[in-house]
Amino acid sequence: MADGEATRKNRGPSPPPRARVWSWRSQAFRGLVFQVVAVALIAFGLWYLAHNTLANMQARGIQSGFDFMKQPAGFDIGESLISYDALDPYWKAFLVGIANTLRVAIVGVIVATLLGAAIGIGRFSRNAIVRGICYAYVEFFRNVPVLIQLLMWYLLFIDWLPPMLDAASLAGLFYVSKAGFSFPVPVWTHAYALAGIGLLIGVGAAWAYRGWAMRRFEETGHVRSLLLAPLGIVVAFGVLGWLVGGAPTAWSIPKPEGFVMEGGASATPEFLAVLLGLVFYTAAFISEVVRAGIASVAHGQVEAAGSLGLSRTHAMRLVILPQALRVIIPPLTNQYLNLTKNSSLAVAIGYPDVVSIANTALNQTGRAVECIAIIMLVYLTTSLSTSVVMNWYNRRAAIKER
Amino acid sequence: MKALKISLSALAVASAFIAGPAFAGKTLEAIKSRGQLVCGVNTGLAGFSQADSQGNWTGLDVDVCRAMAAAILGDGGKVKWVPLTAQQRFTALQSGEIDILSRNTTWTLTRDASLGLHFIGTTYYDGQGFMVPVKSKVKSAKSMKGASVCVQSGTTTEKNLTDYSRANKLDLKPIVFEKQEAATGAYFSGRCVAFTTDASGLASIRNKDAKDPKEHVILPELISKEPLGPAVRRGDDEFYAIAKWVWFGLLEAEEYGINQANVDQMKTSQDPVVMRVLGTSEDTGKLLGLDKDWMVRVIKTTGNYGEIFERNVGAKTPLALPRGLNNLWNKGGLQYAPPIR
Repeated sequence: MADGEATRKNRGPSPPPRARVWSWRSQAFRGLVFQVVAVALIAFGLWYLAHNTLANMQARGIQSGFDFMKQPAGFDIGESLISYDALDPYWKAFLVGIANTLRVAIVGVIVATLLGAAIGIGRFSRNAIVRGICYAYVEFFRNVPVLIQLLMWYLLFIDWLPPMLDAASLAGLFYVSKAGFSFPVPVWTHAYALAGIGLLIGVGAAWAYRGWAMRRFEETGHVRSLLLAPLGIVVAFGVLGWLVGGAPTAWSIPKPEGFVMEGGASATPEFLAVLLGLVFYTAAFISEVVRAGIASVAHGQVEAAGSLGLSRTHAMRLVILPQALRVIIPPLTNQYLNLTKNSSLAVAIGYPDVVSIANTALNQTGRAVECIAIIMLVYLTTSLSTSVVMNWYNRRAAIKER
Repeated sequence: MKALKISLSALAVASAFIAGPAFAGKTLEAIKSRGQLVCGVNTGLAGFSQADSQGNWTGLDVDVCRAMAAAILGDGGKVKWVPLTAQQRFTALQSGEIDILSRNTTWTLTRDASLGLHFIGTTYYDGQGFMVPVKSKVKSAKSMKGASVCVQSGTTTEKNLTDYSRANKLDLKPIVFEKQEAATGAYFSGRCVAFTTDASGLASIRNKDAKDPKEHVILPELISKEPLGPAVRRGDDEFYAIAKWVWFGLLEAEEYGINQANVDQMKTSQDPVVMRVLGTSEDTGKLLGLDKDWMVRVIKTTGNYGEIFERNVGAKTPLALPRGLNNLWNKGGLQYAPPIR
């Protein structure tokens, strides 16, 4: 292929396009025919599958369709981000499952990226112990199947932690037991919504400041902090929002009452096990991606950075990482997709993700085809959305050819 | 494991896509020409269906299939066992992978009306209960406010648990596991205050999986009706009738005192009912598409229902389940068969 392209290029300017001839001798015509045939075959295949399935299901008296989504689900869900009651319809139960899946996926992707990047960079450390630890980490977590890791974390939690009736407590504020990890949270008031808005404005302001600082640097060579000052701006706006809301200081503190924790917030061992399992597993791969990216930057770049007087940290941040990112982002996207899809293993340890909810719905309604289709649709949508965002980021980080 | 499960259920779904047109009235011929009855059973539930290290299956659900095979093929050993999880079971029956599903399955309206199957009867009257550790000091399910309860997915248990929790304002938190082993494992390691499933299942699990069965107690409350029974595919009334009447035959045999030990002597009995059941007067089997010795072979293979019950789950077994509702109608239970005549 490459050869063919090369010779075609070497031929110089291509001849003027000839008039289209609708015969088998025309490449364009043949191509069109093949494409039409291929599309028709695929369409027929899909139609046949759908038709045959429906016909068979009807012949066996199996009811089908998505009408069940409006019926009350009738089952409770152990943990939920959105308010849910057993009398809510099935679609809402699915929504709870999707929210739980996304919670693990989003938190997991963020933490795994930070951990993976740290370990990937650690592989280049001058300190032999740090290098060794990072190496051992990668080799261990990359080579043990992720399901085993999930089970390992889960068993650690439910075997080693104290039973919930005598939960271990830290200063009466934090509780750890087989029922999970409970911690104090501020009592929700509108002040926190204002603080959230403040944070968002702060991010915008910090972004503007960064742009201004970069321009000033290029014009005058005067270096301003690009990390602490923007961070300060974000925090300041957040605090401002909180102050405007009346600066509430009430905290909700967990307190064991029989089998329940009253107040505070908690993370269940199921959620923690899924999160840790996915994070530690995926971080091992991400660290290898980061390592490959850094290693792909020519050594001359490091030397050049050194000869300009940049410190190692500066060289890493300003010279190496921006170039490494181009190599890192595409395989990083794969890891994000893997993490999201692997979250479906959560059903093995009782975390109510979308697969778990679909399993229950499937069994109560018998709509196997429909429920599996919903699972596929959810993962497809999540994965494609992730891809869209990451592809956008990839284009931003790519070499700008002008 | 999970990946395998997914691929298996995907396969089951896929088989629904590619299976040929529906067939009616052909199950009996298919079984005869294949020389084997294909029976879907639980992957492992002591007393109901369990395989030993040699792959020999035993249990109450298993014996029902054995009895069918004896009636149809003349040999209770001619059964192919297909162990199924709760999620796989209906698809396996719908797609024709199995002839009969004998896997502690609760007979409900939704299942009967919308899954393309017929239940043939109730081989075990059960109810859902709770098991708690003795040291939790929980004496009644109503004192478990806010407790987390381990449960296996793919069963009617989740819904019953929710109904009970709502009705009594208990706010129970279900922790749902896909596999029974995972659910019981989490319960035994203390993640949940209680484990819930059918009371027979609780007895079976306590006996098989607990380190010390005495450390766990089954609470007195039964929160649901769970009539467990075998099911066959819709669209084949002849096979449905055979399955139903083999089951009724097991009950009739117990009611009229025909058992594994005396079945040969009973052939000379002059009791008209016994003569009809054993085919020494009328040929009852012919009406079903079988031969006249069908019940003789069934009784020789598995014994009557009382024998099946006592052998697998009765007082002398580790499960030690009382006969209770599963006794014959004339002995204070619910088991009642229409007459063979």
